[in-house]
Formats: sequence, C-alpha cells, structure tokens
Amino acid sequence: MIEKILVLEVVLPLLAAPVCVLVRHPRFCRLFSLGVVAACFAIAVALLVEVRGGGVISYQLGGWPPPLGIEYRVSTINAYLLALVTAMALVVFSFDSRGGPPRVPEQRRHLYYAVFLLCISGLLGIAITGDAFNIFVFLEISSLSSYILVSLGGHRRAVMSAFYYLVMGTIGGVFFMLGVGLLYQATGTLNLRDIAARLEPSLDDRGTVLALALLVVGISIKLAVFPLHHWLPNAYSFAPPKVSAFLAATATKVSFYLLAMVLFTIFGAPFVFEELRLQAVLLPLSILAMFLASGAAIFQTDLRRLLAYSSVAQIGYMTLGLSTANATGLAGGLVHLFNHAVMKGGLFLVVACLLYRVGSVHIDALAGIGRRMPLTSAALVIGGLSLIGVPGTVGFVSKWYLVSGVLERGWTAAAVLILLSSLLALVYVGKVVEVVYFRKPAETQPIDHVREAPLGMLAPAWVLAAAAVFFGLTTDWTYGVAREAAELLLAGGI
Amino acid sequence: MNLPEALVSSVGWGLWAYWLLIALMMVGLYIVIARDNLIKKVMGLNIFQAAAILFYVTMAKVEGGTAPIVPAGADHAGGHGGHEIVYSNPLPHVLMLTAIVVGVATTALALALAVRIHGDYGTSEEDEAVVYDMEHG
Repeated sequence: MIEKILVLEVVLPLLAAPVCVLVRHPRFCRLFSLGVVAACFAIAVALLVEVRGGGVISYQLGGWPPPLGIEYRVSTINAYLLALVTAMALVVFSFDSRGGPPRVPEQRRHLYYAVFLLCISGLLGIAITGDAFNIFVFLEISSLSSYILVSLGGHRRAVMSAFYYLVMGTIGGVFFMLGVGLLYQATGTLNLRDIAARLEPSLDDRGTVLALALLVVGISIKLAVFPLHHWLPNAYSFAPPKVSAFLAATATKVSFYLLAMVLFTIFGAPFVFEELRLQAVLLPLSILAMFLASGAAIFQTDLRRLLAYSSVAQIGYMTLGLSTANATGLAGGLVHLFNHAVMKGGLFLVVACLLYRVGSVHIDALAGIGRRMPLTSAALVIGGLSLIGVPGTVGFVSKWYLVSGVLERGWTAAAVLILLSSLLALVYVGKVVEVVYFRKPAETQPIDHVREAPLGMLAPAWVLAAAAVFFGLTTDWTYGVAREAAELLLAGGI
Repeated sequence: MNLPEALVSSVGWGLWAYWLLIALMMVGLYIVIARDNLIKKVMGLNIFQAAAILFYVTMAKVEGGTAPIVPAGADHAGGHGGHEIVYSNPLPHVLMLTAIVVGVATTALALALAVRIHGDYGTSEEDEAVVYDMEHG
C-alpha cells in the first residue's frame, strides 16, 4: 500500500499546478494548494515512519524494473528530505500574505500558486528519484520555477536578480547534465544504485574524475557554496518574502542532499575523501563561507540581505559537516538542514510580517519596533538566538554535533573556528536586536501607526520559532533521523 | 604509422568531436561572461547548452552503427540475413529530447525576464542597468 502512495508525493503537486491554471480562482487556488501540500506532508511523514530503522520503499514507474526503468526509492535520508520540504511548504503556504506577491495582479494570482506547486514538485522529485537523469529534469523544474518566483518581488531589481540566478542556475544545471553524461559513458546506466555498483572510480580514469568535478561544481552553484554564492543574496532579498522563506528553507537543502548523495553513494567516501582528498578544498571553502559571509552580514543595512548572507555562512556549516566524512560530522551537517530550515524559514516569515506592517525592513526603519510588534519581535529574537547557536535552540544542536565530528577527525583548529564564527553571528543578530528593542525611532519615520501583525501571518512564524526551541530540546526526530541517514550514506547506500 | 596518424594519436585529435564541442562550450560560456547585452547572454547560454546536448549525441554514436530501428524481417537477436546489425545507442538521444525542452523553457523564461528588465530599466545592457540601480537605489 505504502509504495503505491509513494509516487503521489511528486504527482499530486505536479497535477495540482495545471488545475490551478484552469480554475483561475485565487482563493480556491490558495486553499487547494494548501490542501495538496498538507497531503504531501502526510505522505512524507508516513514514509518516514515506515522507513525509520533501515527500511526501503521502492516504486517502479510504469512497471519497468530498474535499472532500465525509473525507480522512486525512499530510504531514511530521502524520507527526511521529503518531510523537511513538505513541512516547510505547509508552513509557508499557511502564511496569509494578504494579497500575494506585489507584481502579480489578482486575476493572475492562480499562476503564482501553480508555479509554487511546480517548484515543490521539482524539489520533492529530486529527493525521491533513484535515476540520475530524472534528477536533472526535476532540478530544472524546481530551478525554472524558482527563477519565476524570485522575479515576482516588488522591486525592479527582483527581475534582474532572477535573471542573474537563471544564468548561474543554468550553468550549474548544464554542468550537472554533463557529469551525468560522463557517468553514463563510464557505466552504461542511469540508475543511481546501478551506477554506484558499476563505477570503479580511480584517479587514473580522467573521465570519472571529470564527472565528479562537473557534478560537484554544478551542484555547488545551486547550493551556493562559498565562491559560487553570488546569486543568493540578491535572489533572497528581492524575492517576495514568502518565496524567500520557502527557498531559504528548502531549495539549498535539496541541493545539499544531492551533493552528499553524489559524493558518498555514487563515488563513495574512500575515493572522494581518501584518494582524492576533496576535504582539502571543501573544508577551507566552508570556513571561508562561515567567516566572510557572516562578516558581510554584519555590514548589511537591509534585514533580508543580512539573513541572505547569513544563509551563505550556514551553508558553510553544512559543507563543513560533509567534509568531515564521519558519522557525527555528517549527521551534524544533515541535522543542520532541518535546523537551518526552521530558523531561517521562521526569520524570513518574520521579515514578511515586518514588511507588511512597517513597509520596509531597512535596519533604521525597524528602530523601536519591539514595542509596537512584541510577538513578531520575540520570534525574531528566537530565530536570531538559534542562528548564534545558544543552548536550548536548534542552532546549538547542529553546532554541537558539527564540533564533535570535527574533533573526532582531529581538526582542533576547525572546531575553534566554528566557535569563533558564532561570535560573528552574535554581532549581526545583536545589531538587529539592539535596533528593534533599544533604539528610539527616528522622528522622520514615526511608527505610532504600526500594529502587531495579523494572526494569519504571526501563527506560521511562531510555529517555526516554537519548533526552533522544541527541536533544540528534543533531538530524537531530528538528530536521530540524521544520524541514521549519515550512517546510511557512509555505508554507500541511499 | 605515418606522420599524420602519429600527430592524431599524440594530441588526441582522434577525439576531434569532443574538442569541437569543448570549444563550442567555451564560446558559449565566454559570451555569457563577457557580453553586457542580456539577449546576447541568453544566446551564449543557448550555445553552452547546445554543446552539452552535442556531447550526449556524440557519445551515442557507435562506429558502423545504424539508426536504432529494427528492420522488417530481422529476428529478435538483431541478426539480419545471417549477420549482426550494429545500432547506435538511442538512449542519449531520447534524454536529449528532454534536455532540449528544458533548454527551450530556459530560453523562453530568460527572454521574458529580459523584456521585463527592458520595461523597468529602459535598457537591455547589464552595465547600464547597474548604473541605473546605483542612481535610483
């Protein structure tokens, strides 16, 4: 039974998108897409419960057995990703943005929901499929729809950011496609497990090394790994706030899974981390991301840009966990996917609340907002504390396991650097909190008219803020699952 | 081994198709990086994608292979009149049908964005748009 509903995870949002286009009723589309996302979330949770403890569910599309046919295959790591994406989609969809994105007139709003559903379906497809070329197709479905979503932001520069994102994303996508092509040339198959079984990577085989290089660079562009992150700050700060919240919480997370899957499942940890020593590149880049992007965040005057730069830094923590290549560190990186999604998603929803009431998220415009919007500001503080990694929040859980993993590897300097970079987070979060609570509003910008955000906005933001505390105290469902997924990856499975 | 053959094998020109498409790919990438005009950037991206598509098509070619259509009268093993038929690999071609669709969608979206940028900035040149942003915030 469960393998029959597995395929619905992707098919439901994929079919719901044209339904939205046909029905053309904005209110209906909003509720309908919410319902579809809720159904996907229910399926993802059912799958996660089913596969926990090492189970695998497989579905053969069209009844063609793998490796010839396309296989949807769910083990702990896939189910974790599916649950993460659908949970974030559910929270973001339940956020009532009062009128949709600024550039979309009411009679076109159904298309906005359709694109959103396509984006979700692409992301879920990447996480669920066991076929390399299928991943490319889903990658492009999700990327194309995110370019559209980013371009809908109110500011003129949103379209420019979307264009830039499109150019970078397409180059990344083509690199990925070439990498898959070289793998196909080497193995004659596209099924991921079959590729992994047939591929015998060695440094002498230039085709295989080139495939790895193309795949890693291609995915790194989509993941915004440090020197390739340039599209991200613009895209996240000019996209409609709901879109920023969704993309920050899901898109880079799925790319991270893809990178981990390529390195551990297809090429295998012994080749990548012992023969090729990829960590010699990945570790310095991660640490540079943590410091330079956090440093850039400190100097931002726009809250959205600040959060976007902080995202680049947080991706550095994830890739740091990847480069340790041991169970604790990798699990730390994987658990940070969920933890970062919860806090950054929550923070971007807070930004949406502030934008709706204050009309600007320029730091100076937020002076004294803490008194006018106490609940929104409190959610901002919880998310901020979590970014720093204060005990009792999810950020602490990630950093704890990351530091343990790094120490297990014997990289004491890297562990010290993780802790030092948290101080930078303290500076940029502290800067915002100081303005929001302690600075007097400028006389030119009176805030007497500003009221607390409406419940439809506040509730989703607070769900994520509460989750940031809840999962900071209970780690069975986050670290427990991530640990299982990490061990599976290290054993070369998916 | 005569001289041209030695030259071919030492430089790797036997793989001339790959050299050609790497050149094509770099031409595309160079246009994307070096040109300020957004439409030209899109075209460069197109050339870049086309090179990747040609890569798949190139690797599908089997020496002496024919189109993968089983001729009438051939038995299931692929034999025809007593000798084996060699087919080119059809799978990469099929994959590229999808990749072409993705490429068309990307181009269409990129051009649509370029139209919107032209409407907002009054220019399709990236450097002029950057200046406009600096002046207007």
